[in-house]
Amino acid sequence: MNDRIPVQEMNPQADSPCRVVVVGNGMIGHHFIDQLLDLAEPGQFEIVTFGEEPRLAYDRMHLTGYFETRSADPLMMASAEDYERQQVRVFLNDKVVSINRETRTVESAQGRVISYDKLILATGSYPFVPPIPGNDRNNCFVYRTIEDVEAIAAAAEQGARVGAVVGGGLLGLEAAKALQDLGLETHVVEFAPRLMAVQVDDAGGALLREKIEALGVGVLTSKATEVICDGEQARHRMQFTDGSHLDTDLIVFSAGIRPRDELARASGLDTGERGGIVIDNHCLTSDDSIYAIGECAAWQGRCFGLVAPGNAQAKVAAAHIAGIGQSFEGADLSTKLKLMGVDVASIGDAHGQSPGARSYSYCNQPEGIYKKLVVSEDGQRLLGAVLVGDASDYGTLLQYKLNSMTLPDNPETLILPATSGEQPALGVAALPDSAQICSCHDVSKAAISGAVMEGACSVGEVKSCTRAGTGCGGCVPLLTSLVNHELEAQGIAVSKDICEHFAFSRQELFHLIRVGGIRTFAELLEKHGRGRGCEICKPAVGSILASCWNDYVLRDEHIGLQDTNDLYLGNMQKDGTYSVVPRIAGGEITPEKLIILGEVARDFGLYTKVTGGQRIDMFGAQLHQLPEIWQRLVAAGFETGHAYGKSLRTVKSCVGSSWCRFGVDDSVGLAIDLENRYKGLRAPHKIKFGVSGCTRECAEAQSKDIGVIATENGWNLYVCGNGGMKPRHADLFASDLDTDTLVRTIDRLLMFYIRTADRLQRTSVWMDNLEGGINYLRQVILEDSLGIADELEADMLRTIGNYQCEWATTLKDPEKLKRFRHFINSDEPDSNLVFVKERDQPRPATEQERLSLASPVI
Amino acid sequence: MNPDSEWVEVCDLNDIAPDTGVCALVDGQQVAIFRQAGSDRLFAIGNFDPVGQINVLSRGLMAQLGDRLTVASPLYKQHYCLETGQCVEKPELSVPVFQVKLEAGKVSVTSAERRRSAA
Repeated sequence: MNDRIPVQEMNPQADSPCRVVVVGNGMIGHHFIDQLLDLAEPGQFEIVTFGEEPRLAYDRMHLTGYFETRSADPLMMASAEDYERQQVRVFLNDKVVSINRETRTVESAQGRVISYDKLILATGSYPFVPPIPGNDRNNCFVYRTIEDVEAIAAAAEQGARVGAVVGGGLLGLEAAKALQDLGLETHVVEFAPRLMAVQVDDAGGALLREKIEALGVGVLTSKATEVICDGEQARHRMQFTDGSHLDTDLIVFSAGIRPRDELARASGLDTGERGGIVIDNHCLTSDDSIYAIGECAAWQGRCFGLVAPGNAQAKVAAAHIAGIGQSFEGADLSTKLKLMGVDVASIGDAHGQSPGARSYSYCNQPEGIYKKLVVSEDGQRLLGAVLVGDASDYGTLLQYKLNSMTLPDNPETLILPATSGEQPALGVAALPDSAQICSCHDVSKAAISGAVMEGACSVGEVKSCTRAGTGCGGCVPLLTSLVNHELEAQGIAVSKDICEHFAFSRQELFHLIRVGGIRTFAELLEKHGRGRGCEICKPAVGSILASCWNDYVLRDEHIGLQDTNDLYLGNMQKDGTYSVVPRIAGGEITPEKLIILGEVARDFGLYTKVTGGQRIDMFGAQLHQLPEIWQRLVAAGFETGHAYGKSLRTVKSCVGSSWCRFGVDDSVGLAIDLENRYKGLRAPHKIKFGVSGCTRECAEAQSKDIGVIATENGWNLYVCGNGGMKPRHADLFASDLDTDTLVRTIDRLLMFYIRTADRLQRTSVWMDNLEGGINYLRQVILEDSLGIADELEADMLRTIGNYQCEWATTLKDPEKLKRFRHFINSDEPDSNLVFVKERDQPRPATEQERLSLASPVI
Repeated sequence: MNPDSEWVEVCDLNDIAPDTGVCALVDGQQVAIFRQAGSDRLFAIGNFDPVGQINVLSRGLMAQLGDRLTVASPLYKQHYCLETGQCVEKPELSVPVFQVKLEAGKVSVTSAERRRSAA
């Protein structure tokens, strides 16, 4: 590898680039930078951003996710590498403290003075702490930053037993979830008579309360706190105005947010009566070089505390600076979320306050479902809706609202259970091109259709090229049906049938085979298929049979299913010869074994190369040579490396704590154990692992399907990464696991992948296509939300228990060995093979070389 | 059929695993012989893959496409019809087809081409 990669120089321009300074690197500030870079010509802008927090922009919406992994990594939205590549200068831990509008400069707390051509204020908001005496006592927190969350966790670890959240809105319930996850007895204290007073009505609030109480959280409504003083049963006592009280060890204030407009105010920019920096439709403030976006901005007197309107403002401001006319025209404040496992959604005028509004409601108390529709006086248009307990209609209802579509004759059918089968489905075809599908990233139906037209063939691909569905994830069901619809419209079959011989998806075939105890292709074909099979279904079924039962793949009943490489337990090369890759678990090999490999390669005239997976690949073996080569390798203690299979390939490792000065744990030992555990495991596609002994990550574990990195407290597990054509970093799945838990988690995850992925689908695409993505995967694997964890582990144990070295088995069977020669009726080799030497090793001759060579070299 | 060509016995039926192929050397020609599972019906075509330009078709996977019985080349997966030799993806390409028979558990082929599909 070149260790010096040339850095692309910024195009020098005649006139210097326009400098854009972004104050605040939160979600919206980061989104703005993204948008501006998208629109900009190279070198058009020079971007500088300040952030007062110690880290770059992260996803505040999923702050509770921090408790699942105790790491900020999964929440990160911006990365230092990306900014560096994009030539964005970043100052963290440094807050802008003043703006000089005359000299067009900003000054930071650390004394940096930076001039700007355009200034973007994305300062966000701060949590409102009600002016209650005692609100500054110890263990009183707010809930906005990772530091806040860390402080709350630290307090819980130092013995706090009871926690109270002041505020029963969206964020308050999120905070309550966090407290409960920390193992605290949790109470929510709300001033209004119901939870989520803004988004849901009385009936919805009552049901929500019931559900949250059932989860063990205390809910106190219509409570105003008079004073916080010393408690008797706990550190604090919250004394309420009605005379009652609550004793608690810690308090989290989550009673709303206030715009951070102090910087703007001090520099004389107009601010709103109720706070916020006044902006126009282009997000310009009263100074035409300064924009404000996100929670700090007030548009028509309103500040928006949600991501979608902030992102929309970011986009408008970026477009305006880039000279493209766009304007901000308000935002839809509909929301859908899962609060403590309860689905809640609110659309438009949820309270039916519009003149003449009428409503329909449906309440199913036993199942905990409440739905309400608010419609216009003439019953033609949807004005708003409330959904609690089941928000599956959200996507459909939102589209009716946003696009002012005419409601069906009996609008109530939209929320009634589909027992009669007459629930009208809103066809995605009916949506206008302008319909916004993803509100977080403002992706329209037209943009998604465009992506499919340009070749994106799955939800996962559409997500990665349009970013639709990658924000809150609420639109994924709608996105999925839209993508399927678009594919169909273009004549691309979205039939999940694997091929003409089986009217089933791979996942369904897996189920039929596993549950039906089916052991052969012939039996499966007879019971569930038709015809004779093809090169699609045969290897897929062969792989499923191997995943389930792990029989020897060359048995008579399986051999006809094996694809090119599995068929001869080697990797076929362009000239029809094979490459041989013995397993070198973890990349650890003794000198004696290295010598054996060298001798074998020399004796059979094989080309040798070290692979990316830390093994040695020997090329140019002819069919009849394979048994002789493996005879020698097996005798020396080697096993097959399964380089030919859609199966576990390698577990790459760094040298780890046994040698490395920086190693934290024994990465080689773990790598060898993992490789031996999962060797021979056949899967929908190849699987690669990596294990690093410290965070320097020399094993590049984060580019693998399964990556493990040692920490001071155990192992961090990363999942679903890959290299190749479309590299993808693995996502942090769980932190600080002990070895047993790590192995159990990998058992479950791999088996779930094997069960549910499509054929030839790598783990990354599989996860992206799971509705709910990594969070869903965590629920299934870590929390056992489907109740299948034991089954997955048992299946894995059975498969592991049936492991065999396929080459050792083959060598013992003279009948099988007959197949390993070029001619069934002659010992002649294939006369068509021609090799030439290059750098002292053989390689197949090119067409021209063949013509100029009268006879083979070897 | 060339009247001069003779049947050449090449192997036992049991030497060919069901739904796979083997390659036989017959009068200097490489012939790929396939055995259909269940019926034990046999097919014989040339072993040379005209796309990859190497001798590998006997190592392909037997695949039914609609009502055509084919073998998918192990190299780049083009399908060749086992009855006509024609390439499905590139109809201008074809491989020779040979006669094959099973008698008393023995497989025999003739070295002369049975027919070539029109190019």
